[in-house]
Amino acid sequence: MAAPDPEKSLLGWFRSGMPWIWLTAGTVSFSLIMVFGLLLLITLRGMGHFWPHDVARLHLIEGTDVPYALGQIVDRETVTAARVKALGIEVPPGRDFVDRYLLKIGNRDVNGFDFKWFSEAEFTGMDYPPDVFVAEREEWGNFYGYLEGVKESGELVASGEQAWPALRERLARKQVLKARISAIEKHTMGKVSATLERLRLQRRALQLDGAPTDDPRYADLEAVGRSQDEIYNRLSEELAVLYGEIVRDTITVRTIDGAVTDLNVQTLVRVFAPNRMNVVEKLRHYGSKIAEFLLDDPREANTEGGVFPAIFGTVLMVLLMSVLVTPFGVIAAIYLREYAHQGTLTRIIRIAVNNLAGVPSVVYGVFGLGFFVYYAGGTIDQLFFPEALPAPTFGTPGMLWSSLTLALLTVPVVIVATEEGLSRIPRSIREGSLALGATKAETLWRTVLPMATPAMMTGLILAVARAAGEVAPLMMVGVVKLAPSLPLDGSFPFLHLDRKFMHLGFHIFDVGFQSPNVEAARPLVYATSLLLVIIIVTLNLAAITIRNRLRDRYNAAET
Amino acid sequence: MPSTDPELDLGETLDLSAERPRRERFRILKDRLFATIMGIGGVAVILAILLIFIYLFYVVAPLFASAEIAFNGQLKRSDGTEVAHVALDEYGEVGLEISPSAGFRFFSVADGKLITSGNLLGDGPAAHKGSALAFGAPSNRTLFAATADGRVTVAQADYAISYPDDVRAITPSIVYPLGAEPLVVDPQEQGIRLLAGQSSEEETTLVAITDDGRVVLLHVLVERSFLDDEVTLETTQSELSVDGTAITHIALDIDQRELYLVSAGGLLSLFDVSDKADIQLLDRITVVAPERRVTALAFLAGGISILIGDDSGAIAQWFPVRDANNNISVARVREFTALPGAITNIAPEYFRKAFAAIDGEGNLALYHTTAGRLILSEATGHNGTTALALSPRADAALIATHGGEFANYQIANEHPEVSFHSLWQEVWYESREQPEYIWQSSSASSDFEPKFSLTPLTFGTIKASVYSMLFAVPLAVLGAIYTAYFMTPALRNIVKPSIEVMAALPTVILGFLAGLWLAPLIERELLGLSLALVVVPLAVVAAARIYSCVPERLRRFTPEGWEALLLVPVLILATWASLSSGSVLEVWWFGGSLPQWLNDQFGITYDQRNSLVVGIAIGFAVIPTIFSISEDAVFSVPRSLTMGSLALGATPWQTALRVVLLTASPGIFSAIMIGMGRAVGETMIVLMATGNTPIMDLNIFQGFRALSANIAVEMPESEVHSTHYRVLFLAALVLFLVTFAVNTVAEVVRQRLRRKYASL
Repeated sequence: MAAPDPEKSLLGWFRSGMPWIWLTAGTVSFSLIMVFGLLLLITLRGMGHFWPHDVARLHLIEGTDVPYALGQIVDRETVTAARVKALGIEVPPGRDFVDRYLLKIGNRDVNGFDFKWFSEAEFTGMDYPPDVFVAEREEWGNFYGYLEGVKESGELVASGEQAWPALRERLARKQVLKARISAIEKHTMGKVSATLERLRLQRRALQLDGAPTDDPRYADLEAVGRSQDEIYNRLSEELAVLYGEIVRDTITVRTIDGAVTDLNVQTLVRVFAPNRMNVVEKLRHYGSKIAEFLLDDPREANTEGGVFPAIFGTVLMVLLMSVLVTPFGVIAAIYLREYAHQGTLTRIIRIAVNNLAGVPSVVYGVFGLGFFVYYAGGTIDQLFFPEALPAPTFGTPGMLWSSLTLALLTVPVVIVATEEGLSRIPRSIREGSLALGATKAETLWRTVLPMATPAMMTGLILAVARAAGEVAPLMMVGVVKLAPSLPLDGSFPFLHLDRKFMHLGFHIFDVGFQSPNVEAARPLVYATSLLLVIIIVTLNLAAITIRNRLRDRYNAAET
Repeated sequence: MPSTDPELDLGETLDLSAERPRRERFRILKDRLFATIMGIGGVAVILAILLIFIYLFYVVAPLFASAEIAFNGQLKRSDGTEVAHVALDEYGEVGLEISPSAGFRFFSVADGKLITSGNLLGDGPAAHKGSALAFGAPSNRTLFAATADGRVTVAQADYAISYPDDVRAITPSIVYPLGAEPLVVDPQEQGIRLLAGQSSEEETTLVAITDDGRVVLLHVLVERSFLDDEVTLETTQSELSVDGTAITHIALDIDQRELYLVSAGGLLSLFDVSDKADIQLLDRITVVAPERRVTALAFLAGGISILIGDDSGAIAQWFPVRDANNNISVARVREFTALPGAITNIAPEYFRKAFAAIDGEGNLALYHTTAGRLILSEATGHNGTTALALSPRADAALIATHGGEFANYQIANEHPEVSFHSLWQEVWYESREQPEYIWQSSSASSDFEPKFSLTPLTFGTIKASVYSMLFAVPLAVLGAIYTAYFMTPALRNIVKPSIEVMAALPTVILGFLAGLWLAPLIERELLGLSLALVVVPLAVVAAARIYSCVPERLRRFTPEGWEALLLVPVLILATWASLSSGSVLEVWWFGGSLPQWLNDQFGITYDQRNSLVVGIAIGFAVIPTIFSISEDAVFSVPRSLTMGSLALGATPWQTALRVVLLTASPGIFSAIMIGMGRAVGETMIVLMATGNTPIMDLNIFQGFRALSANIAVEMPESEVHSTHYRVLFLAALVLFLVTFAVNTVAEVVRQRLRRKYASL
């Protein structure tokens, strides 16, 4: 420490420990970059998915079979030549790095794949022809090419520029027809099948009861069944007519290779020409894609379309879980804090409850599957649904068991938060109430609990945030990749606790890892992740805000 | 509810007042009711939580329950004929006995009543009189009987099941899949001394040792015409070039490829008979100790291993092992606990790798080969056993002794394949070259040997948590020290919640990003990222030095405690610089691809989804937990301590290191423990960001399979209450106990620390 200003000499500066402090600061910066970088990454990729990007035309080098490649540029990267060569792609000698572009070329029905990498050595130029036509289809992914004409029952009715308005009109007609078909199939016919299934179970129940075969009740069921069959047949005829109408129109399209094919309008979801769209049109398209994402059913093995059933399933499951977890968590916390003898046993229980929050969620899933699904569910089936056996009703993963499992998983969170809230309430308030002659129950009910509500809310919100993001236990007790019907619908008993459901978190896992076409599914997974992150971060921020408010309030009350 | 709280006494005082309005009574009643509800509800919730623990134990317990065997009755035949072979049907209700002269007799096990009887060779002339018998794999129920003139009949026991009046009725019969007429095995029409055979739908192989010591083989290929179901038999005859006079045991495997011949002196020869025209001797080895005799030989289910019992009571398992040069030798894989007397019979189970053995003194024992253990032994008191059979479901055993006596036993042996050895130690599985740790729970075939070694999975879990801790602990702990001690409060109020929000990010999203975004990124930028490990800290120190040289005047704009924010652009720039120079250096030094280079130079394989990726992703998930708890611990170090240190002339860093860190170290320790608990149980990230192959390799560039991911993948498919199901529960229980213990230690440490601070 001989130098007058130790900060000035390098050695002195090192001795002062400043570099270490800066390094520790660096770890914080790194963590912050990771958090915000991650959120930014999800946001950009998630939001970008819905934008109608321009369709690029690559001029491939001479000597290849086709002169052009057409598609949306999804990704570009610079890689070393060695890595490209390892993939079996020719690289001009003398180059160390290669730029390559990932093109979504679509037309999976023709190509067999819809993404392709093009290294810059493979093409000479790129442009954006204005008349490129993109069609989103019910299956086989997007179509990229040119619209040649529109046909009605095989007769050409419009071609060239006139084809566009004609197609839009026919697409609108198709949407109307499709809505009618799905109304019949999903609602009316669904009800009929549900009734028929119920009749079958009633008949089976009669048999199990040992009713003789000439029991008049069989005849009654038979009669109802016949009337339902009639309705069913009538609906089938109606559907046949509609199906006949919906296939009327076709369009003629040309791919970039020059192949001309017909596409039935029935298979089209949305058509657009991104290279001709202005910003307003693109924004409108963007909005409609987001609406589709939030409100529609998934298509093509979940890789296209919306995630509505998953949102619905997640929300319903979390709601059911909250209904289950709140009373029990709060009662347990009140018991532990206010009624139990504050001895060693209570302390041990408190530590145990606290630690249960750290037990891996997959353990809860195992427990849920073994105890709830197989044991409790199997018992319920034998007692109440013997007519459906051997097909299980509750003895199989479903909504009820998922919410119960997650309630068990999150009950420690609620207990801990509520207990903390209770312990923060100043003693003076309790004593005041008791001194005025209130009983203990009255004190708790009228003064302590209302003051602890924000703490309970915090606990509940944290529980909900945790439950919404949990996937591992749900894989065992109730989620599926594609549920045929929502757990809440118009047919009796409306809330179907025995049904399996879709879940945003599982959707991410399934589409991202189990889907046959990962490249196509990836943007949708980003979008789903974004949605889930938004839900969970919002809930957590709410919990943090409530917690902080709460602290301020009691700090005020204590002083 | 005993309570010392003064509040409760209030009710009692009210109780004392003599004149009490009705309302008061109602209020007290309400108070009691409330207390009762809370008591019952609270205890119920706590019990429900405890139930998890109890239920996991309850499911796992049968794995370690010992097997039981119970004597279930004895039958005695009046005619006193000897019994050469017995078998039981699926339900253990109908017994089948074969006499040495090929007579068969189906009888009810419960009361010994004869159901049907006859002779496998039919009621033909005396030349048909039986000379030798052989029995195929128990699951095929095939029986072979040789005539005195070198011909063999192939028969099969058939149990037709019907349900007249909803009661199960079993009608046993003998069928002849290749026709009732015996097949000519020895063209020289010699008598057959020893016979072995196997028969399947498509082909049948018979190996016989004739009275004059030749070893002859007959192969029959069944060809069914598609048009009219007509069956034509294509037969091939061959003779092995060995002398069969000394042979005492002969066995053919169920796939009709391997033939074992054992001589009285214990010399075993293994022949490859898959090519009937070119039968090859694969190995010849002595399988018993000198002066010992082989007394029993049987295949284990699946036909890969043979079990050899000798006259000293020892039983050993042998199977062919292929070495590096593709040479096959028969290896003595394991020995089992010996029985006191000479082994007389060995009966394998139909599907599992377990078997029963009985010795000359009447000791019946059950063994399991994978578990390598004697499950149970029982002195039956039946000396001179001639035949032993297990039922197909392995829940009953039938013993036949000299003079036509039968003893019937009931067996409860649900999970023989589990032992400490099979779960945690190296096991020599069938068809493997050496003992290994393998997890492979299921396969398509029913006689597959399940491999339930938890060691590779536990290894995977430990690997994941170690790598994630390596990433998370420095970042989280150093960050916590800085945030709690150096950072300005204004920034701290933003930073802490931001990092805490990270904890709430669903791990499925982290797993998805790790698997589909980070893994390819790391593969592409491996060199750049390794470079960043060095460059970034250097850049931080350099930036700090430059900042310290900035004139005081300018520094006033950035007050102390904002370093973390100033460093953000530095970090981004440094990372960018290392990434871009990384790819240039990769071309210069590593031929353009570091993973390829690593493989070429050091043989290090690079999986795209590897432990490094998982370490970073799980590290990311546990940073907030560790950060938050250690930050609390550092922040609550009493100010008096730090002030004292600073007043004594220590620099802020010295104070941070020697006073703050030391005082808060128990808190930081508990933070790390809790973070580790989270890493151990993490499921979705390991599921999505590793290849999930259960390999044991420390290589950071390879994947693994963790306990938690294994449970998530296999649990939904496992059959309820099967061994696999219970082993998965055991894995869950292990995870539960480990995390619970780790968290408890952490919690206790934390509470003790809190009390210490309170006293300071």
